[in-house]
Formats: sequence, structure tokens, C-alpha cells
Amino acid sequence: MKTTIHLGGALLLVLLSWQAIAWLGGWNEALFPTPSQTVYGFAEIIADGVLLKDIGTSLYRFLLGYTSSVLLAMALGLVLGWYHNIWAFLNPIAQVLRPISPVAWLPFIVLVFGIGDMPSLVIIFLAAFFPVLLSTVAAVRGIEPVYLKVAQNFGIGQPQLLTKIIFPAIFPRIATGLHLALGTAWVFLVAGEMVGTQSGLGFLIIDARNNLRADLLMTAIITIGVLGLLLDSSITLLEKRIYRRWGIPERSNA
Amino acid sequence: MSYIDIQDVSRNYQKKDQSFRALDHVNLKIDRGEFICLLGPSGCGKSTLLNILAGFDKVSAGTITIGGAPVEKPTVKNVTIFQNYGLLPWRTVEKNVELGLESLSIPAEKRQQIAHKYLDLVGLKDFAQSHPAELSGGMQQRVAIARALAVDPEIIFMDEPFAALDALTRMNLQDEISAINRSQHKTIIFVTHDIDEAVVLADRIVIMTPNPGRIKTIIPVDLHGPRDRTSPDFLRIRDHVFAEFSLKPEDKTEYYI
Repeated sequence: MKTTIHLGGALLLVLLSWQAIAWLGGWNEALFPTPSQTVYGFAEIIADGVLLKDIGTSLYRFLLGYTSSVLLAMALGLVLGWYHNIWAFLNPIAQVLRPISPVAWLPFIVLVFGIGDMPSLVIIFLAAFFPVLLSTVAAVRGIEPVYLKVAQNFGIGQPQLLTKIIFPAIFPRIATGLHLALGTAWVFLVAGEMVGTQSGLGFLIIDARNNLRADLLMTAIITIGVLGLLLDSSITLLEKRIYRRWGIPERSNA
Repeated sequence: MSYIDIQDVSRNYQKKDQSFRALDHVNLKIDRGEFICLLGPSGCGKSTLLNILAGFDKVSAGTITIGGAPVEKPTVKNVTIFQNYGLLPWRTVEKNVELGLESLSIPAEKRQQIAHKYLDLVGLKDFAQSHPAELSGGMQQRVAIARALAVDPEIIFMDEPFAALDALTRMNLQDEISAINRSQHKTIIFVTHDIDEAVVLADRIVIMTPNPGRIKTIIPVDLHGPRDRTSPDFLRIRDHVFAEFSLKPEDKTEYYI
């Protein structure tokens, strides 16, 4: 009940200030839409199916890019966390690559992978990769030593050591990295789709801008925000389940 | 030849430039089925000795054999129970107890049967499907005991297993592990810094002193069957141990005639 009130209040606040900005700014309607125009624009691209198709395309790219990135980063993180002699060599490379925005690589990405789905996939991949890799490596290195002693005592060798002990032991810590990576990757989806592709929510933004359809631009922006929120809530739900299963008390800020 | 034979064992640790002698020429023979308590203050090497016996650590000098074979690495025949239980939080109690059986390639059905048998023994049959975090510390340590017994080990090493528990829970568990030692005929090596605990449990108390870690004396505990913590015999042995640690107040009364 309280959440409903909060949500309603937030929505009202946004609509009021949006309308106020539109009035006070006095811009051409093609450049800055009012809330009501945006609602019509929203209805228009829902009706002709453009929005749903773009959402579908973007979610497909996102899930493919994110999942493959996360799986590879976890696998690599497990190995590198375990054999930290190798990690010692790779760590400086990762630390240099990590702060570079994936978009910066775009010209090279297009050069190597061409246009189409690939550039946005690669950018999402890059955006999710480093948070997950680094949290996995840190988690493996911070594993409770008693788990390893117990495994050794009961004669649990590789690969069972990895699947039965190490991976489940570190998963709650990786979950934080997964959550972080999800947000980052979603932010870069739009950037990835702005170049070299003719579909998806990022393209919808570029297309709306080029056609001076500010109402559609705003529609796309809101859609991206809401979808981002939904993705985030679903991973929060997953995290909570994991924490409950592992017997870790839920964090109050979750 | 004894079952466990510790001969002239020393262990040095290198800490930066300093060398620290955790164990210094330790000799000890232990028979099958004995309950041995390694007793002493922190830094006396009792945990080091246990770790070496369990195969988690190596000697710097000397030899250790168990059943005639030198100790090289941990084996499922000798299970260690840790102070912080070492349960896997993502597994249910039942699956934790089954852990050691999985590597012994015992079929799933039989594993469950064994797990239930030992959970019953430690009084936790009703908690088979719980996760460790839902249990109290004492219950978690019971699960660890059930898990150790499930693989039917020859020796159980216990490293201050009850140190984190409250006094009453600790006494209950002491009685239980004592009963288990008698009914299951396991050799148990038990590290503790609690004098009463040692007197309740041990067949022989090995008293160790630090800097460097050495065995000072070995006190045989000639109490049989369940021990009464208030009986005169119990108190006599307890007094003896206190005296060894120079904890008994000296009689400084001066007499005048």
C-alpha cells in the first residue's frame, strides 16, 4: 500500500515538473514534447507494433550479450582466482581495460565485426564482463579456508571441488557483481544500438531524433528506464532467494 | 608399535625474517580407541600438532606415522571437526552429512540412509531438511559430528570444537562426544584450552606449554564410564592439572610456634 502511494507520488511529481518545464521553456513542440503528446506518441508506436518489436530486439541482444559475458567472466574468474599466479599478470591489463567505456571501442568493433547485431552485443558483453570477472576473482581468493579444508579432508578433488564447493561458496559474492553488471550493461545497450543497426530501442532514439519526433524520443527514453527497473528488480529477487538459501541475512538496503 | 606414533617432531614457521618454533621435539604415542586431549594455552602448538596429524600441515623435522604409514595428506579415514563447524551453508543438514559419502561413491539412497542414522544419533533427525544457518551453534556442531561419523573414520580430530558454545551446551556436547567415543570406538584427538573439558573427556591429558611448543606432562585420567563433574575423583584430577599449570594458589600461611 505504502509503495503504491510512493509510486503514485513520484509519477505525479514527474508529470507536474515535466509539464512545467514544457510551459516555461516555450520550445517548439517538435523539440520538447508535453506529457500528453508523449502519451499519444506512445499509443502510436504501440499500435503499429514498432515499440514491441524494438523492445523484443533490444531484450534479445541484451540477454544474449549479458548471459554470454557473465558466463565467460565467471568461468574465467574461477580459474584466474584459483591460479592467482596467472592473475598477477592479467590483473594490470584488466585494471587498464576496465575504466574504458565500451563505446570507445566502437570503431574497432565495427571494423572487426561489421554492422548489425554484433556491435551492440559486443558492447553489452564488454560492459558486463569486467565487474563480473573482478568480483569472481576476488570472491575465489576470499573463500572461507575451512571449506577447502573440509573438501580436502573428504577427498573432494577437481572438478567436484569447483562445482560442489568453490562455486556455491562464492556465489553470493558474485551475485553483487552480476547485479552491478546488469545495470551497466543495460546503460550501454542504447549506446551500442545507436550505431550500425536499424532496430532496437537505441535505434528508436536515433530515428526519432532524425525525424524530429521528440514525443517518440521521450517514449523510448521512458521505456528504457522502466525496462531497466524491471530487470533490476528481477535480479534483486534472485539475489534475495540466493541469500535466503545460503542463510545470509538480507541486507537492509536491498 | 603404537597406532599413532609421533617421533621427535618439530615445526618452524618463517614469519618475515623471524623463525618461530611452534613445536619443539614432541614425542607421543597414542593407542587405538584412546581419547586424547591436547591441553594448553594459546601458542603451545596444540593446534599445530593436530593440523600435522590430520595432514593439513607438515613437520619441519621428525616423523609421524598412523597405523605404520607416514602422514602425507588429509584422508577421509581421519576426519577433522573445526571450531567454526565447517558446514556448507548452501546445503541442507542432510546433504552436509552426505558430503563425505559422495566421494566414496556410495549410491544416493544408501547415503541418505547413513545420514539419517547419524543425524538420529546426534538428535537432529527432525532438522534434516534445514539449512545450517537455521540452527544454533550447538546444533551445527552436532551436524559436523554426524558428518564426521558418517564416513566411519578411524580417527576424529577436534580443534577446540566447543569453544564458541555457551557453557551448558558445551557440557551437553562433551557428554555426547564422550558417549560416542565409547559406543563407536573411535580414536579421538581433541584440542582444548579448557581444563574441565579435558578432564571430562580424556583418557590421557597431554599438557603442552608455549615458547617453544612442548609436551610438559601427560596425565592419565583413571575415571571410567560417564564422568561426574562433582565427584571427588574428578576434582582430584582437576586439581592435578591445575597444579601442572601452577594455577593453584601456594599456601603462604606462616606458622608460629
